[in-house]
Amino acid sequence: MSKPKTIIEKIWERHVVHQEQDKPDLLYIDLHLVHEVTSPQAFEGLRMKNRNVRRPELTYATMDHNVPTKHRNIIKDAISKKQMQTLKDNCKEFGISLADIDHPDQGIVHVIGPELGLTQPGKTIVCGDSHTSTHGAFGALAFGIGTSEVEHVLATQTLWQVPPKSLNVQVNGKLGKGVTSKDLILAIIAKFGVRFGTGYVIEYTGEAIRELTMEERMTVCNMSIEAGARAGLISPDDNTVEYLRGRRHVPQDQEAYEAISKEWKALATDPGAVYDATVVIDAEEIEPQVSWGTNPGMCIPVSASVPDPIHAETTSKKEEIERALEYMDLEPGQRMDTVPIEHVFIGSCTNSRLSDLRRAANVIRGKKVHKKVQAIVVPGSFSVKAAAEAEGLDVIFTQAGFEWRDAGCSMCLAMNDDIVPPGERCASTSNRNFEGRQGNGARTHLVSPEMAAAAAIEGHFVDVRKFTEATMQS
Amino acid sequence: MEPIKKHEGLVYPLNRANVDTDQIIPKQFLKRIERQGFGEFLFYNWRFTDDGKEKPEFSLNDQKYVGASILVAGENFGCGSSREHAPWALQDYGFKVIIAPSFADIFYNNCTKNGILPIRLNESNTEELIEKSENRQYRITVDLQEQQITDSQGFSADFDLPAYQKEMLLNGWDEIAVTLNYEQDIADYESSH
Repeated sequence: MSKPKTIIEKIWERHVVHQEQDKPDLLYIDLHLVHEVTSPQAFEGLRMKNRNVRRPELTYATMDHNVPTKHRNIIKDAISKKQMQTLKDNCKEFGISLADIDHPDQGIVHVIGPELGLTQPGKTIVCGDSHTSTHGAFGALAFGIGTSEVEHVLATQTLWQVPPKSLNVQVNGKLGKGVTSKDLILAIIAKFGVRFGTGYVIEYTGEAIRELTMEERMTVCNMSIEAGARAGLISPDDNTVEYLRGRRHVPQDQEAYEAISKEWKALATDPGAVYDATVVIDAEEIEPQVSWGTNPGMCIPVSASVPDPIHAETTSKKEEIERALEYMDLEPGQRMDTVPIEHVFIGSCTNSRLSDLRRAANVIRGKKVHKKVQAIVVPGSFSVKAAAEAEGLDVIFTQAGFEWRDAGCSMCLAMNDDIVPPGERCASTSNRNFEGRQGNGARTHLVSPEMAAAAAIEGHFVDVRKFTEATMQS
Repeated sequence: MEPIKKHEGLVYPLNRANVDTDQIIPKQFLKRIERQGFGEFLFYNWRFTDDGKEKPEFSLNDQKYVGASILVAGENFGCGSSREHAPWALQDYGFKVIIAPSFADIFYNNCTKNGILPIRLNESNTEELIEKSENRQYRITVDLQEQQITDSQGFSADFDLPAYQKEMLLNGWDEIAVTLNYEQDIADYESSH
């Protein structure tokens, strides 16, 4: 019998083009996703050396980072406009499919890949964006790359890569009611830190992971990079197969689809396969999370209080906490559920899919956004937007006082006009709470869509479980 | 890219852990389509006030670090976004070597593709370099061939880096040109898959 293997080993072995001692492996790339911000210099590099795109049909582009989410065609910033036009020109010149700003397939690159069925189990997927780890939810090996590597993939369809170490993040038990996959990944990063995944590819395993829907799995894998891991994946199963069935880029013929599904499921990690490292977390101990600081590891349960730097283990940790508290304008010991907010952002490649919007809409149905809060919903793609409108979610949001926007990265990184002003606080369903991420001086608190929705109504953080219970009774 | 073999330069200590690429180069500067000219935006929100004035309390603005070419920082340097604008900004500002106990994976790779030498150095040696450079001008020599850092007062520390990256940096090779030597292997892979 052959040695049991992890899904990481299986995918890797199938993609090695060239291997020799003391060198990384030359790895074949099955899908290269491209967006406007990290690609212009790569295409320019090709032109300067008179090189071509080797496999334009394995390359797919969209624009998401810069695009306005209202008044779609008025791009005030000339430099943004030029960057978007450059992508358009490059795609035309090199024969690459592009979901342009007004294309029905446009959306955040990590939302549309799965939606179109471009993302599939067993594929190697790269993009000049660190949240490419999202696609790992399907059992693909997907990771972010820099612009030089973008150019390298365009020219050769390969990358030199050292075989990664494998890290099993095992989530035992079940998540409690009202606790989401966003809370799960935030709690994992809070528990093990922002660099425990560095040098590894994570595989998420265990009962709680198996029970997640595909969209919930995408939320988890999306934030692998916030734990330092370039890629995070989940072995494919029936959920994976059912989610992809009928999508545009998978085999449409039923027999062919059953055949490929069988191959996909066979990629799952074999019983007895050995990981380089394993960490374990109990799903039942996890509560709805809120970040208090300036990196995604600085998260606590909503019922908890802001940490006190005097309890820090080392001087450098103490200084880090002090700096974060100063930037966030929070006091040690302050209860998280008393912190008032001025902005709510529901969107981003972490939490902008149909089920995210449904769950947030359920929390706010029939209620009004607090008078001091500005709240926006930015669907992850045109297709998510259309599906949400078809079931009336837009009406629920707008009647509550949310703005209903067009698709894009938006306030997650505030490259367009969706910016949180200096000193103001935002409950955000995005993935990074770094200083200035949502605007210079802006204060970001990472939460689930449900938690963001409840905070929008109350004007401060609140345990969504208690909020829902209380409003059901009233 | 420019080869880097041996470099002697002024050390700038940034004694912080988890310095993310959003701090190295904030998003408002990612809209340009060129590789050059990002240096003036390096650590922008730490270096400048809202109206573009230098913040004297941020150490990079200190006169004694003018001309620094070696950055020494805390663990997990370059975490977050994959933006290669971060190493471009560091390089354009004048940094050729970055030393830290650990780096984020994508950032580390991005440095080596641009002729910046990222050095993983153990924590106590890193702390020593930070301490020596915090209150005065302090110069070190980094020898990539020997994988060694030295100063003129007897400090000496070895460092590790993967053989492949070492070779690329020493020679300043165009990686795509190297890979195109394997064109036949790539074509064979494609025809069998």
